Amino acid sequence: MKTFTYRTATALDDGLEPGATFLAGGTNLVDLMKLGVATPEVLVDVTKLPLDEVTDLPDGGLRIGAGVRNSDLAAHPRVRRDYPVLSQAVLAGASGQLRNMATTGGNLLQRTRCRYFMDATMPCNKHSPGSGCPARSGDHRNLAILGGSSSCIATHPSDMAVALTALDAVVQVSGPAGARSFPLGDLYLLPGETPHREFTLEHGELITAVDLPGGSGSSAYRKVRDRASYAFAVGSVAAVLTVAEGTVTDVRLAFGAVAPKPWRAHAAEEALRGRPATRESFLAAADAELAAAEPLRDNAFKITLIRNLVASVLEGLS
Amino acid sequence: MTATSERAVGQPLRRIEGPDKVTGAARYAAEYQVGDDLAYGWVAQSPVAGGTLTGVTVDPLVEADDVLAVLWHGNAPRLAEGDDPELAVLQSDRISYRGQALALVVARTLEAARAAAASLQLSIDPSPADTVLSFARDDLYTPEKVNPDFPSETSTGDVSAAFDAAPVRVDVTYSTPALHNSPMEPHATTALWEGDELVLYDSNQHPPGVAATLATLFELPPERVHVITEHVGGGFGSKGTARPNAVLAAMAARVTGRPVRLALPRQALFSMVGHRTPTIQQLRLGATPDGKLTAIDHLAVAHTSRLFEFAEQTAVTTRHLYEAPAVRTGHRLARLDMPTPRWMRAPGEAPGMVGLECAMDELAIALSLDPIELRVRNASSSLLTDCLRHGADRFGWHDRDPRPRQRRDGDWWIGTGVASATYPAMVQPSTARARRLSTGDYEVSIAAADLGTGARTVLTQIAADALDVPHDRVRVRIGDSTLPFASVAGGSSGTASWGWAVTGACRALRDSGGSDEATFDSSDLVEQLNQEGKHAYGAHFAEVRVDAVTGEVRVTRLYGLYAAGRILNPRTARSQFIGGMTMGMGMALHEEGVLDPNVGTWVNHDLAEYHVPTHADIESITAEWLDDAGEGQNPMGSKGIGEIGIVGSPAAIVNAVWHATGVRVRDLPVRLDKLLPHL
Amino acid sequence: MDLVVNGDRHTLEMDPRTTLLDALREHLGLTGAKKGCDHGQCGACTVLLEGRRVNSCLILAVTLDGASVTTVEGLAHPVQEKFLEHDGFQCGYCTPGQICSSVGMLDEALSDDDPPELSDAEIRERMSGNLCRCGAYPNIVRAIREVAAR
Ligand SMILES: Cc1cc2nc3c(=O)[nH]c(=O)nc-3n(C[C@H](O)[C@H](O)[C@H](O)COP(=O)(O)OP(=O)(O)OC[C@H]3O[C@@H](n4cnc5c(N)ncnc54)[C@H](O)[C@@H]3O)c2cc1C
Ligand code: SF4
Ligand code: FES
Ligand code: FES
Repeated sequence: MKTFTYRTATALDDGLEPGATFLAGGTNLVDLMKLGVATPEVLVDVTKLPLDEVTDLPDGGLRIGAGVRNSDLAAHPRVRRDYPVLSQAVLAGASGQLRNMATTGGNLLQRTRCRYFMDATMPCNKHSPGSGCPARSGDHRNLAILGGSSSCIATHPSDMAVALTALDAVVQVSGPAGARSFPLGDLYLLPGETPHREFTLEHGELITAVDLPGGSGSSAYRKVRDRASYAFAVGSVAAVLTVAEGTVTDVRLAFGAVAPKPWRAHAAEEALRGRPATRESFLAAADAELAAAEPLRDNAFKITLIRNLVASVLEGLS
Repeated sequence: MTATSERAVGQPLRRIEGPDKVTGAARYAAEYQVGDDLAYGWVAQSPVAGGTLTGVTVDPLVEADDVLAVLWHGNAPRLAEGDDPELAVLQSDRISYRGQALALVVARTLEAARAAAASLQLSIDPSPADTVLSFARDDLYTPEKVNPDFPSETSTGDVSAAFDAAPVRVDVTYSTPALHNSPMEPHATTALWEGDELVLYDSNQHPPGVAATLATLFELPPERVHVITEHVGGGFGSKGTARPNAVLAAMAARVTGRPVRLALPRQALFSMVGHRTPTIQQLRLGATPDGKLTAIDHLAVAHTSRLFEFAEQTAVTTRHLYEAPAVRTGHRLARLDMPTPRWMRAPGEAPGMVGLECAMDELAIALSLDPIELRVRNASSSLLTDCLRHGADRFGWHDRDPRPRQRRDGDWWIGTGVASATYPAMVQPSTARARRLSTGDYEVSIAAADLGTGARTVLTQIAADALDVPHDRVRVRIGDSTLPFASVAGGSSGTASWGWAVTGACRALRDSGGSDEATFDSSDLVEQLNQEGKHAYGAHFAEVRVDAVTGEVRVTRLYGLYAAGRILNPRTARSQFIGGMTMGMGMALHEEGVLDPNVGTWVNHDLAEYHVPTHADIESITAEWLDDAGEGQNPMGSKGIGEIGIVGSPAAIVNAVWHATGVRVRDLPVRLDKLLPHL
Repeated sequence: MDLVVNGDRHTLEMDPRTTLLDALREHLGLTGAKKGCDHGQCGACTVLLEGRRVNSCLILAVTLDGASVTTVEGLAHPVQEKFLEHDGFQCGYCTPGQICSSVGMLDEALSDDDPPELSDAEIRERMSGNLCRCGAYPNIVRAIREVAAR
């Protein structure tokens, strides 16, 4: 770990000096610093800011402070009642200890678990731009089938972010240039030719909260992993579904561990809206989304996996 | 002399060191407070799998105030030659594998040592690396011996003819991946020189062996190396001999004149301390229509390193478990640019029994015969038959529909599987000393190591009975190389070997007519023993469910029944059995070193990516045993129990997955992506 | 910086890179919390921070000025006795983490607005952040279950 100076942030628009990075729960950042993959010169601790509240919004929605710990979020009565997909997703991630540390903001901004990225001695376009992507010909069983590029096929590893994506979450940001907000999907950049650029935040912009709109349908999250717990997803599906008289009136679907960002399945949603809530339409919807998949040697199974999961989760909800 | 009403052996005594372990008082190698000038070591590992290290450049600005030394082959003290080339650290410019120790930074703080090690500029002339094991390689060779000292090849009868003539045949290839021991305590040493005596607090399975090795390398008289190994956070074979951390720490302490602590980072355990070799196994079984084996042919391919030949005894169990007129076994090795494989819990038996016991399952299917019946018809030991038959009763095997893919509960396919288990019952020479203390209590000393096996506790029980006193009057001292010589805590031989010496010393003291001390060396008796053909046996049963939607496998029940000699302490023995079975589950379903041949190493080198079973994976594991006391070949009547739990349990799970789904996975682990396309 | 550990206040001057785990082990001589992976992947370093279980290897000590930490050395909890009774460990290296984690976990369950039923499956899932390579899992679950039942 390279040495750094440490200070605590005192205001939301504090900003960041050059070479500085925000520190929240530290469960990803400190990990990467030890690995030599992250090398901030200044750490600005944001956990002392008053961002750890979950509050009701006037439209019946919910505002989740960026500093709310994952475990508190999952256990929040309103999250449990109105947004079970979110509670389930958070509880499917990491471990009890890590969830006590990890924050909402940090979870959204965690980096990929690509095994080459996590090892500073390996080539990797993301941590050392221009050094190449060994994953394409090497180990990519758990990397992207959607949204990748020839430069990078990393997946975003978060569970929580997949649920938030399906819930149409809006990110609140504050920085020296003022406050702004945007849909969660706009937080992430696809790798293209610049896989080291991952987020749309300007330097010094702080995530202050995530807003959830009110009035969702029934929702669920299902995660698949290589052991029963304490493992990142190899595939996951978050779904919010409203069915009236056997017909899908509204559906929001997001996939995890298959793309560089939590993957909103717009094509699948499009294919499903107004259709009968049957297994056949669920599978057809999944196929509509997965038609764009570009699997490599070892990750084609994710197509079958996501397809099956979509059908199974939606069947469970309808 | 007091006569005790109850013998201590056989009682479920609690672990003697238990209170220390649940309060945090137990000290492990990296936890000793050894003075104010303690320095920390951090290893710089090779980023390439082959080549030469031509230089190391230190950035004078990095951690300048704290770095005490940077050692590499250009400046490290010379070591004398030993028998393990992996320990000739920083002695040569040759790079034999990715992850090899190339330099060592010693610094005043842990943080500075780590940062400085990461900043070193290693000048390397890389050479192409060859890391892929396959049957098709044209450079496979037959080792002379396989671990520890078995012939590489055996043959009785004409296997080819018998196989060709067999009415029912199975000809299959199974493969197992590289596996990593992954004890929870990473390998660690705290080293200091007290005058010209070297003191090492070291995490290992054999204090006297480590002391002897370090004495050789540093050219010291053996009595001037003192290894203290009070508690060990698991080893599973990887701490059986001195590892590079011990040598590097001693070297650093000599160069800096300070005590030095070197705890390997977790990631380094995936290259620097040994692993289980991947195997590819060809099995050919021939049988008569009524299920008598006529031919068994087992050929195993494994790798070793450029540094050193380690040949795993993969096919050795096949030589004796079942009877057939024609049996052939053999081993081939490839020398790769990889770290040297080593012992990992049941080396040989564990992977070899995946091949044999899955092939037996396939043969049972080909014969339309119950897999237990097939094994019983061919078992070489009645103990194995007993375990299979009684185990079947207790597990509830009998109403099993033999056809695959028949039981379904919601999305889950359900199935059951069985496999035999066996492990050699070994004894090695050891020496123990018993003393009568002025308090009237007794002290029994032996340089053994307790890695969590319960050795300290069981030896206390053994000593109490041999002395005829209650166990709370006996204090057992272990974990120190200066105590009387103990054999390695390995090969499931510890308790048998040390217990024999302890029994001898205690009986000698008891019968001495009043002397205060007695020592007993079991060497002569052990040498006279014919250890061939002595085994523990068992049977493993698994019930699994496989999710038809996702391919996820869960083990609903894992059951083991063993005939493993007298069980000296049921509480700690049970833990050993279920611990082995748990690792067997990991081997069947989760664990694998994922090799990237382009970068020349396993890329999943941490505990987030190398998956060992978690709490949630273990739904029900039960171990029971048959009473076969008196079978064991030592005064306690015991056999080894530490390894048999991982022998056969993986195959029982793989066979159960077939029964649940009809999908036969022949390359471990049984990951969901291998099942999913067929569900 | 100030840190209260097991009720004792310590004033520490350390490299800002020092984790809570290394502060405990290397600076305070409290080696109960173990280093199994140093990256949040094993749970051996679990301690209670303001009563909540956390992985001390991923927390920088500088961020904790004034905070209160409990390590296994500071615990006197019935689950420890149950670990002894049910042989909830072998090598003992994961044990302090398992114990701190189970204390934190039981507390989480108790203080939940809608307290969960701590079935074996529930205990296993909630304890999955603590690896045990020796495979003492069933014994650990038994120990925790008996305490939870009280
Ligand atoms: C072993 C292990 C297993 C895990 N398993 C899972 C899993 O299964 N599923 C899963 O989803 N996650 C998993 N995680 C990841 C974990 O959820 C994340 O590390 C965590 O959510 C990150 O949150 P944090 O607060 O600790 O972030 P930090 O590590 O503090 O920060 C992460 C990044 O976010 C930035 N940041 C933090 N807060 C803000 C803010 N408010 N505004 C702007 N920038 C900010 C930081 O600068 C940093 O770049 C696992 C982690 C580990 C170590
Ligand atoms: S997939 Fe992306 S993160 Fe992984 S090695 Fe390639 S460039 Fe790096
Ligand atoms: S040492 Fe902290 S989780 Fe492993
Ligand atoms: S007791 Fe050894 S790792 Fe758990």
